[in-house]
Amino acid sequence: MTSDVRGAGGPAVDLRAGSRRLGEKLVLTLLWVCAAASILTTVGIVVILFSEAAGFFREEAVSLRGFLTGTTWQPFGGAQGKFGVLPLVAGTLLVTVIALLVAVPLGLTSAAYLSEYASPRTRRILKPVLEVLAGVPTVVLGYFALTFMTPLLRATVGQLTTISVFNAASAGIVMGIMIVPTVASLSEDAMSAVPQALREGAYGLGATKRHVVHSVVMPAALSGIVAAIILALGRAIGETMIVALAAGNLPNLTYNPFEQIQTMTAYIVQAVQGEAPRGSLTYESIFAVGALLFVITLLINIAAARFVRRFREVYS
Amino acid sequence: MDQQHEQARVDGHARTPVATIADEHRRNGARLDSDLARQAAAGRTVRDDAAVVFDLDDVTVSYAGFPAIRNVSMQVRERMITALIGPSGCGKTTLLRTLNRMNDLIPSASVEGTVRYKGADLYARHVDPVEVRRRIGMVFQKANPFPKSIRDNILFGPKATGMTFDADDLVEKSLRGAALWDEVKDKLDSSALGLSGGQQQRLCIARAIAVEPDTILMDEPCSALDPIATGAIENLMRELREHYTIIIVTHNMQQAARASDMTAFVTTEVSHDEDGRDRRSGRLIEYDRTEVIFGDPRDTRTEDYVSGRFG
Amino acid sequence: MAVSTPERISRDAVQALQAPPGRNRSERAFKMVLLVTTGIAVVMLVVLLLDILVDGVAFVTGQRLLQYSSRFPDQFGFRSGITGTLSLMVLVALLSFPIGVGAATYFEEFAPQNWFTRLAEANISNLAGVPSVVYGLLGAGVFVYFFSLGRSLIVGAITLSLLILPVIIVASRESLRAVPRTLREAGLGLGATPLQVTWRQVLPQALPGILTGTILALSRAIGETAPILVVGALFSRRADNVPWDINDAFSALPIQIYNLVSRPQQEFQAQVAPAGIIILLVLLLLMNSIAIILRNRSSRSN
Repeated sequence: MTSDVRGAGGPAVDLRAGSRRLGEKLVLTLLWVCAAASILTTVGIVVILFSEAAGFFREEAVSLRGFLTGTTWQPFGGAQGKFGVLPLVAGTLLVTVIALLVAVPLGLTSAAYLSEYASPRTRRILKPVLEVLAGVPTVVLGYFALTFMTPLLRATVGQLTTISVFNAASAGIVMGIMIVPTVASLSEDAMSAVPQALREGAYGLGATKRHVVHSVVMPAALSGIVAAIILALGRAIGETMIVALAAGNLPNLTYNPFEQIQTMTAYIVQAVQGEAPRGSLTYESIFAVGALLFVITLLINIAAARFVRRFREVYS
Repeated sequence: MDQQHEQARVDGHARTPVATIADEHRRNGARLDSDLARQAAAGRTVRDDAAVVFDLDDVTVSYAGFPAIRNVSMQVRERMITALIGPSGCGKTTLLRTLNRMNDLIPSASVEGTVRYKGADLYARHVDPVEVRRRIGMVFQKANPFPKSIRDNILFGPKATGMTFDADDLVEKSLRGAALWDEVKDKLDSSALGLSGGQQQRLCIARAIAVEPDTILMDEPCSALDPIATGAIENLMRELREHYTIIIVTHNMQQAARASDMTAFVTTEVSHDEDGRDRRSGRLIEYDRTEVIFGDPRDTRTEDYVSGRFG
Repeated sequence: MAVSTPERISRDAVQALQAPPGRNRSERAFKMVLLVTTGIAVVMLVVLLLDILVDGVAFVTGQRLLQYSSRFPDQFGFRSGITGTLSLMVLVALLSFPIGVGAATYFEEFAPQNWFTRLAEANISNLAGVPSVVYGLLGAGVFVYFFSLGRSLIVGAITLSLLILPVIIVASRESLRAVPRTLREAGLGLGATPLQVTWRQVLPQALPGILTGTILALSRAIGETAPILVVGALFSRRADNVPWDINDAFSALPIQIYNLVSRPQQEFQAQVAPAGIIILLVLLLLMNSIAIILRNRSSRSN
């Protein structure tokens, strides 16, 4: 082959890359390093959390089992401290459940309205408003929970029961409002992705719009909706400032939403502000709680991604 | 019966009673000699006395003010299969969707002229599109079963419309009606998405039957199916004709010739608006018995189309 | 049919085609419920903003912008918070923009379909779900202690940059993906190398979208409290020069707000804190306006 070409037109054309391509290789390598930076971030998170947490579990005062099953969290007593993480987990769950009770109904109905009823103009106004809500700094929401929601609750529900200044309910309600946009935006994507053919099929059978929305569109978008709720759950569990400001700092194993509690994230914030020199039991306990938080949110993210993938498979 | 109801009207032409046209064709003999013409002529009974189900008078359907199909006047008769044929983009689907107010779902769509269904103006102010669709079912181009079980697909419509029914009876009756019962009777609770394309389309027909409509609109129901599945649907249509009025949009002339009793030919016409720009919109060219359309059409555009010289 | 006149048929049929009583009402009620519940979130946002404005607007004065923090509520100023937040913003932009766009360009234009690419992509979507307080622990453990950078401005900036990197990468990839394939092919057809096409044709086209995404991510970064609180941002940091030494200790507006809200004194919590919130929200509003203007301009030119 080669000799034929040469025979036909003198020396063969040189199709190899010129030397300027060396510089390009360098730039490409640089871009690759940028892409790898995010992997380094994950590696950094995993290594730092688990190495410090490992140090924590090597201490005499703690055991992994005692950490995961203990019901008393008194971390500031040094070697006399009690490190049972369940009160923090329970506090986190309590606030999260309240938040989801607020966010799921509001988010889903918003999504259904935006996807199925709203005119393009209404959508153009409402969606940015929801984006703004999602962009309000959480420290501001914490202020709102403490200085607006708590007094509101005490003036209303407070007539029936005692509500402490710091309580899970107002933090949970405000957090729920914060994650409405998360639920709404992803669920709306899922509902909008339901093929028009399915809606037409239902209309063609004489279904009313309401029936189409709740019997065709919502079931068909279910895995997308579930993904949205799981992601919202992840945000609620990891949310820090609202609970640090409004839910209190009392590790308290309770179901009562009007009592003071402490979440995992609030503990981290509380502990880093106090005296926690590196290597101390308190310092290591922060990372142990952080590691637990990381594992929980990681599992939640993996679950959400699985539902998103399932949804894409059905309607691609 | 009212004289007007016995006429098949074709836009712009003098109103000629169907019987007269047919007689004329019998005298002249079929001019076109083709497979299509022979299929169209094969044993068919058109009941001249059948009641009028749809009566369209000067109907124009526009999207965002631009007519997609205009000035259509025609009458569709009971318990016949009426085919709408024509090149793609001519507006035949738009016309079909006008008959059960499916176009209401497109915000920019508007309908002028009158569409009468058994004498009632479909676009009158007090008419509820949901009630219209209950009576006038629809089967779509691409099978669109709900991602639910076969049983739930059948029962969706009856539940949505608040019918009182015996679930097992209705499921069996509808599936038998769509010639699907024997194939699925053992897996009624499995997902409809697991059926083959042809089975899915028959399920959609069964689903439409379940709400006991009296008319079924079919929008190219076989365009995504293989020949065997298509044959099954066509056989089914002939059976359904005993009880239902069927209007089918198809771009497959073989299918129109084989399966329909009446055929309407729609094509795209270019006209000029005030600014001299081209406006394309569909026109009904000819509407007659299927054997006339395929054997001895009156309009050269119809002849060109059915003989394959156009479209 | 034979026994009825057409008029009679017509009247019967019209009646039959009407909606049964109550149905239209229940359809409307359903729509109203959806509208009202959608409105709740909007109303809460309005209440939140009004509440803060009412509480704090009287306490936003020129001296609050210019003075340092104080033990006395009426002398308290947000100067160190404002300069700290602005310094963080500049540093975070310098760090996260090139790395984020570089990574996005790699994934969108050059990445081969292999295990590394898949791993990196899955990793980015997971990082987006990691709580921000965990990034703070990363910053504290790795940069404050392991690299011995101390509780410094640069550590705060690195921490926030890592936090918003996934956001910038995702937004930049979307902008790059929106550049038509034909543009790339045209460049390649003229003998340009893929890198030249990316640098000269694709990136300039995608830039407005990338900038919009970056500014929105930056506004998220400067509203964050937990990560910089964990790496040791201070409530008050007296310094005379702006910009500060990046190795120096730092403060930020959200940190000051957090601290003021947690104080027991009523004046700090109910007057000074909302004033700080208003300053922070105005800053965020400015950034978001810039992003929206950029987005509108780019969508108009396309």
